[in-house]
Amino acid sequence: MSHNLPTGSEPTAADLDRPLYTPIKRRSFFMYAGATAGATALVLAGCSKDDNNSPGMVNVGTGDVGVLNYAYALEQLEADFYTQVRSGSYYMGLGAGSAEKQIFDDLYYHEVIHRDFFKAAITAANATPIKALTTVYPTGTFNSKATVLATAKAFEDLGVAAYNGAAQYITTAQYLFIAGKIVSVEARHAALIRDLVTEGSFVGSDIVDIAGNSLEMSKLPSVVVATANTFLADGSKLDVSGLG
Amino acid sequence: MNFLQILSEIEKVDPEVYERLDSRRSVFKNMSGVGQKLTAAALPLFVGAIFNKAYAQTPGSLAVADVLTFALKLEYLEMYFYQQRTALVGLSAVNTAALSLIATDEANHVKFLRATLTSLGGTVLADPTASAFDFTGGKGSNAGPFADYRTNPATYLALAQSFEDTGVRAYKGAAPIASVMANKTVLTAALNIHSVEARHASHIRAMRRGGAASTNPSQAVAVSPYSAAPKSWVSGTDGGGAVPGTTNAIYGAGVSTGAGTAANVTYLAEDNTLQGGLTLSTTTSASFTGFPTTAFSEAFDEGLDVTTVSTIARLFTVTGNTLF
Repeated sequence: MSHNLPTGSEPTAADLDRPLYTPIKRRSFFMYAGATAGATALVLAGCSKDDNNSPGMVNVGTGDVGVLNYAYALEQLEADFYTQVRSGSYYMGLGAGSAEKQIFDDLYYHEVIHRDFFKAAITAANATPIKALTTVYPTGTFNSKATVLATAKAFEDLGVAAYNGAAQYITTAQYLFIAGKIVSVEARHAALIRDLVTEGSFVGSDIVDIAGNSLEMSKLPSVVVATANTFLADGSKLDVSGLG
Repeated sequence: MNFLQILSEIEKVDPEVYERLDSRRSVFKNMSGVGQKLTAAALPLFVGAIFNKAYAQTPGSLAVADVLTFALKLEYLEMYFYQQRTALVGLSAVNTAALSLIATDEANHVKFLRATLTSLGGTVLADPTASAFDFTGGKGSNAGPFADYRTNPATYLALAQSFEDTGVRAYKGAAPIASVMANKTVLTAALNIHSVEARHASHIRAMRRGGAASTNPSQAVAVSPYSAAPKSWVSGTDGGGAVPGTTNAIYGAGVSTGAGTAANVTYLAEDNTLQGGLTLSTTTSASFTGFPTTAFSEAFDEGLDVTTVSTIARLFTVTGNTLF
């Protein structure tokens, strides 16, 4: 249904760097008008979501809210991962003042903050966040340094590639700015985790085109979820067909 | 939904509404073309689209070539800076290799931006050459506050962190500029440079924690207030940065109006915890209980506007040079 609507009809969020509820003033009525139209658009997006859903998959939706839900899904994955890291035997064995403990604590804080921020931001945009996703990991993932670091590396690199690849679908400047604020933190994480695996691998040739232009190799949502879905249980796997 | 009644209501708070819509008459042509296909449910949505166009902020900011040219200037600064690494004393092999990797990346970024600007047409910025810069911060005297940067790794890495963090903030600040957002190819490429600069910044910070001779910088422990031994991410304002008193602006607030800014975006200092209208703290979500307060600013980097970045960059150009 929504894909038949004219372009430019995506919900325009209230200014993200300002309070969400402000008195309607002369000359700022457009904020109110935009919010009303946005709410309507989301109802319509909801219709199309049900129509197009793959059975048992979580459809992130379309437009800016679709991208926000896509980011919310990936942040759920990361936040859940670091939550479990902190109760696994590898982390429990780390020294109180060790660099690795400090790093995994920070990564846990950051990703949980990202996750709950997106849930709140989607709700504030009068949209519905996707459900809490159920994750799956290979047995023993959290018990060895090697598997924790390898999985962290996969998630952080994937997160960077995902934000870079999905930014082009964002139509609201404030949302793009927020995505930029998060992706560079993810890139800082990714570089450090890679260095923990192999010192000096922070811009490895598997993720940065150093033989060419030295650009990060961003990934489209369909490519990202092919990997992300291997860590998500049936019923929590992502459908990103509405993006792009 | 009565469209004319809506306009009448808007006129009460904005007498210029008809004028706004009239100057954008083309939206009505569009409307008549699709009007028959619009259902009653979709009408408010379409009306919203019209108002968004009528009230959109006038794009008074930079054209995409201007933004890319500005990025090219910053990449030249970085490229010429990393070319100066060869006389450093006391670096471990892994640290020497890392600086070499970063130098390659920055040279590649210069080449890429030049090629992109060429493909867009118009004149491409002339190579400013190494003579445009004085990385000692001496404006051409070669005797500024960073006078020993060519040989002393501590000074060199302090500058490297400053340039990388500035670069990250600059690309982030420019991404939401309307002309960049409108060109998806340029936007994606700029972000693909942005994250590489963030990786560099992360690694340089680890090198500063570990020291020049370290063979495993990632294992070094960060120490508050994170000026001398920073985390790999920015925590608050990092105690003023690598050289407090000189580098504070790199972590400070920008200006949010004028050319070189994106509409509806606010360029705040790195210790900002207000994101999307939400003030993030230990009480924002039940999950945040017990989190250190520093985590809320660390989780988000902040962007900077072109004017503020230029002011920072001018600390490292020679007197009389007008690159920035």
